[in-house]
Amino acid sequence: MKKLINAPEDVVPDTLRGLAAAHPDLRVDIKNGFVARADAIRLGKVGLVSGGGSGHEPLHAGFVGYGMLDAACPGDVFTSPVPDQIVAATRAADGGHGVLHIVKNYTGDVLNFRMAAELADDEDIAVSSVVVDDDVAVEDSTHTAGRRGTGATVFVEKIAGALAEEGAGLESCAAAATDVNERSASFGVALRAGTVPTAGRPGFELADDEIELGVGIHGEPGRRRGAMGTAKEIVATAMEAIHDAKPLDGRLLVMVNGMGGTPLSELYIVYAEVADWCARHGVTISRNLIGNYVTSLDMTGCSITVCRLTEDLMRLWDAPVRTPALRWGR
Amino acid sequence: MFDTRQAVAWIEASARLVRDDADRLTELDTAIGDGDHGRNLTRGFAAATEKIGDAATPRTVLTAAGSALVSSVGGASGPLYGTFLRRTAKALPDEPSVGGAELAEALAAGVAGVRELGGAADGDKTMVDALDPAVTALRDAIGDGADLPAAVARAAKAAEEGARATIPLVARKGRASYLGERSAGHEDPGAASSVLLFAALAEAAGAPS
Repeated sequence: MKKLINAPEDVVPDTLRGLAAAHPDLRVDIKNGFVARADAIRLGKVGLVSGGGSGHEPLHAGFVGYGMLDAACPGDVFTSPVPDQIVAATRAADGGHGVLHIVKNYTGDVLNFRMAAELADDEDIAVSSVVVDDDVAVEDSTHTAGRRGTGATVFVEKIAGALAEEGAGLESCAAAATDVNERSASFGVALRAGTVPTAGRPGFELADDEIELGVGIHGEPGRRRGAMGTAKEIVATAMEAIHDAKPLDGRLLVMVNGMGGTPLSELYIVYAEVADWCARHGVTISRNLIGNYVTSLDMTGCSITVCRLTEDLMRLWDAPVRTPALRWGR
Repeated sequence: MFDTRQAVAWIEASARLVRDDADRLTELDTAIGDGDHGRNLTRGFAAATEKIGDAATPRTVLTAAGSALVSSVGGASGPLYGTFLRRTAKALPDEPSVGGAELAEALAAGVAGVRELGGAADGDKTMVDALDPAVTALRDAIGDGADLPAAVARAAKAAEEGARATIPLVARKGRASYLGERSAGHEDPGAASSVLLFAALAEAAGAPS
C-alpha cells in the first residue's frame, strides 16, 4: 500500500485538519467529529445535516456551506458516525426551525442516525429524516437491506439546501428531498477496488479483463462480475439498468461521478457515451455534473446518477451554492 | 447467581476475545462486508472496559458498557450490540447479584431489542442467528434445573452452532445482503462476534470449558 498519509489511524483527523486549513469559513471540530458552517446559523432557517463513513470525499464535509449542508459528521473510513457525533452536528445546525437529516441507506448509517434523532428529540430539536436509496444495482426487495444511497445524495443535499436557504420549512425540505430521491437512480462499476488504509490491500480483486457491475461505495463487491468492455458498452449496461428501474423521460440532471481513482478524461468519455445514449432514447440532458463527488477512496471506476427534473427542481439546482466542492452563482 | 464482579469479567473477557480474534472477524467481514468488524469491535469493547469501573450492579455495568459501544463503534454493530447490552441491563433488577433465570430472561430481552432495532428475522444471516439460539439454550438449561455455569456453557455451544449454520445462508440484512447469492459460503461476521460474547460470558460465569 502506498498512500500519502502519516498513519493509517490518522487518516480521518488529518483530512479534517487539511479541510480546516483550506477553508477558514468552515468550523471543523475534530474532537467532536463534525464540520459546520462557521457563519452563525440563521434563525428561522432549517438546518441540514448529513454524514456517513469517511472515504467518500468530498461527500459530505465538502458540501457544507451556503446553499447546501449546515453540518456534516464523518465517521471512520467506511464506518458510519456514532450518535454522539450526529447529535453534536445537529446542535450546530439547529437554527430553531428544525433539522433535516439526510441519511444514505446503509444499516449502520440508518441505525446511528435513528438513535441520534431520538437523542436530539430529548433536547427538543425537531428532526426529520430522509433516507436516500438510489442505487438500482441492488434489487429493492425484502431480501436485501434495500437499495444503497449513492450519487443522488449530492442532488438531495443541493436541492434541499437551496430550498432551506429560501426559507422553506422542515416538512417542505423533507418532501423535496424525498422527491429528488424518488426521481433519481444510480449505477456504479469498478475496474479496481479501493484500499482501506487500515486494511492495506484492496477490498476485492479483479482480473485485468474483469469489471465489477453494480458496485457499492464501500469496497463491497457488486452484484456480479462482467467482462471488461468499451466505455460505450459499459455505459449501455448502466443506462439500461437505470432505465429499467426508473424509466427516463423529460429533462434530466446527469452526474458522471468518479470513484476516486479514475482520470477526468475517462469521465468525459463516459459522459459522451451517456449523452449519445440519451439522444438515441429521446431524453434531454438539461444539467450535468462531471467529476469526483461520491468516491470510494482510490477505487477505479465510475457511477452514473440520473434525476428526472421538474421546473422547480431545476431552479433549485441552479440556485447559488458555496461549498468546498460545489460553488456557483454567488 | 450472577454478580457485579462477573458482569465486569464478562465485558473484560469480551474485550480480550474480540481483540484476539480481530483479524479473523475482519477476514470474515472482508469476504461479505467491508472488512472493519474486528477493528470496530476491538475499539468499542476497549472503550466499554474503561466505563465500567465504578458500576455497582450487573445492571449498571451492562448499561455503561452498552452506552460505550453505541458511542464508539459506529457502523451497524455499535447500535446493535449497544442495544443488546442496554436492553439486557434494563430487564435486570438493580441488585448486586441476580439469579440465573433473571439473567436468562434479561438476555432474551436484549435479543428482542436487537431484532426490533435491526429488523432481522431468523436465518437472515446476522448476529441474531447466534444470539437467539444461545439465549434459547440458556433459558432451556435453566428451566431444566442446570446451574448457571453449566447453562451458560450450553448457551455458548448453541451460539457456535448457530454461527456455523449461517455459512450456507444468503444474507437478507446488512451490507452482505447486497451480494445476493454470493454471500453464501461465508460465516456471518456478526454471528461470529456474538459467539465470542457468549464464550466470554461462559468464562465469566465459571463454566466448565
